[in-house]
Amino acid sequence: MSPAEPATAASEGAATGPRSAPPSAARWWWTFGLLRSELGVTLRRWRTLALLGILAALPVLIGIAVKVETGDGGGSGGGEGPAFIHQVTNNGLFLVFTALAATLPFFLPMTVGVVAGDSVAGEAAAGTLRYLLVAPAGRSRLLLAKFASVVVFCLLATLVVAASALLVGVALFPVGDVTLLSGVTVSFGEGLLRALAIALAVTVSLLGLAALGLFVSTLTGSGIAAMSATVGLLITVQILAVIPQLDALHPYLFPYHWLSFADLLRAPVLWDDVLANAGLQALYVAVFGSAAWARFTSRDIAA
Amino acid sequence: MDVPPTAEPAVEARGLSKRYRGGQLAVDGLDLRVPRGSVFGFLGPNGSGKTTTIRMLLGLIEPTAGTAALLGRPMPRDARRVLPAVGALIEGPALYGFLTGRDNLARFDAADPTADPATRRARIDAALGRVGLGAAAGKRAKAYSLGMKQRLGLAAALLQPRELLVLDEPTNGLDPQGMREMRALVRELAGEGITVFLSSHLLDEVEQVCTHTAVMARGRLLTQGPVAQLAAGVRGRLAVTTPDAADAARVLREHGVTGLSVAGDQVTGDPPDAAGTGGAGAGGARPVDLADLNAALVGAGVRVRAFGVERGTLEDAFVALTGEGFDVAG
Repeated sequence: MSPAEPATAASEGAATGPRSAPPSAARWWWTFGLLRSELGVTLRRWRTLALLGILAALPVLIGIAVKVETGDGGGSGGGEGPAFIHQVTNNGLFLVFTALAATLPFFLPMTVGVVAGDSVAGEAAAGTLRYLLVAPAGRSRLLLAKFASVVVFCLLATLVVAASALLVGVALFPVGDVTLLSGVTVSFGEGLLRALAIALAVTVSLLGLAALGLFVSTLTGSGIAAMSATVGLLITVQILAVIPQLDALHPYLFPYHWLSFADLLRAPVLWDDVLANAGLQALYVAVFGSAAWARFTSRDIAA
Repeated sequence: MDVPPTAEPAVEARGLSKRYRGGQLAVDGLDLRVPRGSVFGFLGPNGSGKTTTIRMLLGLIEPTAGTAALLGRPMPRDARRVLPAVGALIEGPALYGFLTGRDNLARFDAADPTADPATRRARIDAALGRVGLGAAAGKRAKAYSLGMKQRLGLAAALLQPRELLVLDEPTNGLDPQGMREMRALVRELAGEGITVFLSSHLLDEVEQVCTHTAVMARGRLLTQGPVAQLAAGVRGRLAVTTPDAADAARVLREHGVTGLSVAGDQVTGDPPDAAGTGGAGAGGARPVDLADLNAALVGAGVRVRAFGVERGTLEDAFVALTGEGFDVAG
């Protein structure tokens, strides 16, 4: 794995003899152990817990708002609002879709931007990065473990929103068979499965930003700078995405296909946009993942 | 502690240089050789390039020129194979404030590919005990004092059996008692055969614990070698305590003592070349024996309260090398 090591290593790699690497099983477990340690550190940060708490609270707010709005007799609230919000009163499961649709444009990616942006830069700022590297964690493996833990965070954040929305939806509204967007009715069980699929699609939607944040994080020695730069990029992209004059650019912006997850609520499922989204996110991961790797493996760790 | 001359040096640098982006040359053509089994004091004022050198040795930053090797293997190329045998404390401890001391160690241990998770708990306990942090292991690191953080950093360096310890300013932030304990620990580790590379700006610290030393100033290496040799390279000063200072100075001058200075009842001067310096290596013919100087003083009616040679210290050596003093606080 030494191409992973600083730049000189790559150029001289050919000259090295066989390596006395630890047995492959032990190595595998070790990588897993590093990932587990990485996740533990991420999830035990007060900041991470606060972000997850906010994400858990948002569906509660939406649920209560919908309940109050429909409870005072009106029922015909003004047309605008997050997708699916009008179905919530008929079926609590729709609160899951509403909550994801409401948090995906900003709140969810913001938390991902904070966690991804902080991942390398925060440790560089605290100085712990140098101790991990002389342990020696190996720069590529450390970066991989960090990206993996950000991906897990993306999944976790999405699931927190979905689970909180499901609980609130079940508590405040009737549940039962689900009428899909195409008019077909499916059982509540299948509705739950589709909700899970949507959560996964939302997680995938966040991966491009996760890679972007990780790259930004390798550029600076300040966690705050990396976090705000990543969230700033998110806001910038979201603004660019609504400027019609930039139509030609839009298909290349990472949020372009984000709301495609609604297509999973059709029967049959319309996969085109969902797959296009996955492809776009994979492209971002490839480009910015490589850039992060190139930067991190050759960088002087002087803090 | 002598080591077989055939052993590969624990640390070796050749022409190691680092120029930062601003164009500033932090380390300039460093040739360093740390014998195995030595306690090596890497001396220099703050900002002389010690930490930059250590970062290059450990593969954290890339040299602009030159090569470095640890335990006989090139760095940073063989970092993954070498570093598990190297414990390091670099520019002070860095900890996760929201984790307990014990969890901090577990975190750093998890990053080491050779560390066995099955023995982690026992090794962490042993390391904590060794630095005297057993009682505070369950406290969050942000509640630690600087001295405790320093100890925890050292514990992280001792999680595995090491062949080389690189300790950058290990007594920073410690109280006098902590400093003594740290020195005792360094001696103990050296007694186990671990090579200790210790950077410091405290001369007396190096003089107390180190067998070898190198002196750096403004990015360049001024000298390196055994501590005794370096200190002995500085000529001792003859010191006479007497109520008859003026007479004593006259008699000493007549007998070839130079650079005389008188301060109260204290007369000091450089003894004649062949006279014993009081240090090592003053064997052979001695046209002027210090005993004769004393006899001459007494013979001239000078009342002598004390007579002797003050040994050259590392500080004298440093001043002689750099032509300037430096911070000897502590």
